[in-house]
Amino acid sequence: MNFNLSEEQALIRDSIARFVQDNYAFDKRNAYVAMEHGFSPDNWQQMAELGWLSIPFAEEYGGFGGGPVDAMVIMQEFGKGLVAEPYLPTVLLFGALLQKGAEAEIAGELIPRVIAGELQGAVAYVERQSRYALNDVATRATRDGDGWSISGEKTVVLNGGVAHKLVVAARTAGEQADESGISLFLVDAQAPGLSRSVYRMTDGMETANIRFDGVAAQALIGGEGAGLSLLQEVIDQAILAVSANALGAMEFLNATTVEYCKTREQFGVAIGSFQALQHRMVDTFAACENTRSLLYRAVCAFDAGDEDAQRSLHALKVMVGKAGRHIGGEAIQLHGGMGMTNELPVGYYVKRLMLINTLFGDADYHRARFQALVNTKPQTVASAKSAAA
Amino acid sequence: MDTRLSDEDLAFRDEVRAFFAEAFDEDIAAKVSNTATMKEGMIEWQHRLNAKGWMAPNWPVEHGGTGWSVTQSFIFQSERAMSGAPDVIPFGVVMVAPVIYTYGTQEQKERFLPRILNSEDWWCQGYSEPGAGSDLASLKTKAELDGDHYVINGSKIWTTYAQYADWIFCLVRTDNSGKKQEGITFLLIDMKSPGITVRPIETIDGFHHLNEVFFDNVRVPVENRIGEEGKGWTYAKSLLVHERLSIAEVADSKRALAELREFARREVNGGASLLDDPHFAQRLGDVEIDLMALEYTELRTLADVAEGKHPGPESSLLKLQGTEIQQALQELRMDVAGYYSQALQGDLSDDDYGHDFASIAQKLYFRGRASSIYGGSNEVQKNITSKFVLGL
Repeated sequence: MNFNLSEEQALIRDSIARFVQDNYAFDKRNAYVAMEHGFSPDNWQQMAELGWLSIPFAEEYGGFGGGPVDAMVIMQEFGKGLVAEPYLPTVLLFGALLQKGAEAEIAGELIPRVIAGELQGAVAYVERQSRYALNDVATRATRDGDGWSISGEKTVVLNGGVAHKLVVAARTAGEQADESGISLFLVDAQAPGLSRSVYRMTDGMETANIRFDGVAAQALIGGEGAGLSLLQEVIDQAILAVSANALGAMEFLNATTVEYCKTREQFGVAIGSFQALQHRMVDTFAACENTRSLLYRAVCAFDAGDEDAQRSLHALKVMVGKAGRHIGGEAIQLHGGMGMTNELPVGYYVKRLMLINTLFGDADYHRARFQALVNTKPQTVASAKSAAA
Repeated sequence: MDTRLSDEDLAFRDEVRAFFAEAFDEDIAAKVSNTATMKEGMIEWQHRLNAKGWMAPNWPVEHGGTGWSVTQSFIFQSERAMSGAPDVIPFGVVMVAPVIYTYGTQEQKERFLPRILNSEDWWCQGYSEPGAGSDLASLKTKAELDGDHYVINGSKIWTTYAQYADWIFCLVRTDNSGKKQEGITFLLIDMKSPGITVRPIETIDGFHHLNEVFFDNVRVPVENRIGEEGKGWTYAKSLLVHERLSIAEVADSKRALAELREFARREVNGGASLLDDPHFAQRLGDVEIDLMALEYTELRTLADVAEGKHPGPESSLLKLQGTEIQQALQELRMDVAGYYSQALQGDLSDDDYGHDFASIAQKLYFRGRASSIYGGSNEVQKNITSKFVLGL
């Protein structure tokens, strides 16, 4: 048992930390977010050159063959710097679906372009009415000659404004809430009949609602009707990644809050000398460590294919939501009036944590799934009597 | 980063599980859970552990430890707790023994350690005083040198199981001139020494575990001092990780939670299982999630210790969060028991209640209130974390 990073993972971590140090000062970050699509194309190219876009992909595509631990390392460091480039939607969602579901020819063509930083992708799986339920799919795909034609609307497509290609979840059979009958399709963002309405999330991420009016799909990703399990598999991995991103943001917020309380003086002393504030900062420290422990737990469980993986994943996402709210709220409060301003990075990090809570199901959603899982599984207890020693 | 169990680990788990299934039989379970037979039951149980060589897993191998990996220690504790077997009484094997084998003389090691392994001596801890609780370093029990003896005057309080103890390990004041932490000495004192009296303290849980211990000109040979005079504070503090891990009781909380879920499943509330009550289910689920986090916080700490690293800052949270979780579980257990949790235990049998868990639910709740007070109150843990981890 160990919680150490491999030499390669430590190198990646250090190299991203250096990148954040050199390129992600607060004012520079805000300048990237103000760019056309909410991130810096130069940074994206640099990430490609440094090999970071290749890490989760198999070696046959020119990748590094990385697993959940590698993705965790990357996303945690990105979280510390509030990195704006679309690593999650393009590499960890779109790219991962291609790798797991696309036919070899398509994967072989597109994945190397993702790795080279040429191709932006997005996954369209949310609908206006679906909230967090992946099986609530009203968008339909019907056979059209040899291919498929898609009609419907997808919302909150992360990176959907700039994506060249999309993976779209559409129903090929069954009723709107059925778990079967959902299929995934590769769609070109310039295809006739596709229209996007582009907006920003509060953390600056460019997002789109996308309408499909008889849009021709380029290919089926995974088997017909096998879309939900494939999507769920990729989203499970993405939950680990965004949780690592949240952990990085929590670490930044806690560190900057402690630092502020050490230097800010009132009543002639540093406010960090007040016990009422100290104990609150211990509580936020504990919230961060709880998140880290559950992240390591879930990442190790997924890496090992452990039977505890799903339970750990739900527990992690609940904690990310709860701890994120707690740490974010305290960071604002302990910064006093300055915490209310856009002159400090605090509010930007809090917004990222809030966004992450909603991604792939919020704390309440995952708590319900957690309870359903543990309450239906009988526990093995040797005896109902408890030792009262 | 890897928490996979190897084939050897799985074989070890089977061996541990089989041992507890056989060795912790109904006879011993009945003895340790009855207040009247608890001491003899625990000694008998610890003899069985020692016969297997598993009395002191965390000790260095040369003194009788097992040399287990972190994973093995974790498996052992999990299996132990899930079998329903209690953890060993910690005062000897977990608390004083590491001080003896780390800072004691060869003679002290040879004299005390084998007797701890064999459960021949029952130890208690003499730290708190009526005027020194959270501010432990202000302790006043005085030790004055008189030839080759210290003469002890003062009193210790909240001394768990002093009524059973053969020995007490004490922090005493040998010097008042410098900083208050600097004049403290670590002594091992025979409870049969003339001048020691033990007064029981009646507690809200109805158990008798707490006492006050008075020292009236008690003579203690200098050879019973650990290390140097005036260094006792340092010795006691350096080994707190063992105590924090022990107090966190993560494995026992896992069992308590599994039991609780079964109790709740069987309770019917307006026609449906209590587990189907969304409010109850949320409370239970949130505790389980906190416990899953703490389990890994403990593993991270154990992994650091195993690699010879100083445990990371997360270790200071173990006591704090472990006791909060214990208390949350005790509260839920009392709520599950409903009316029956409020009946005075002893007036009815478990059969009368129709609930074999209900009769002690309130006693356990009240006993559990102590866990956020002892071992350094949880507020003191926050002060320590704030100062040494956050640098405030």
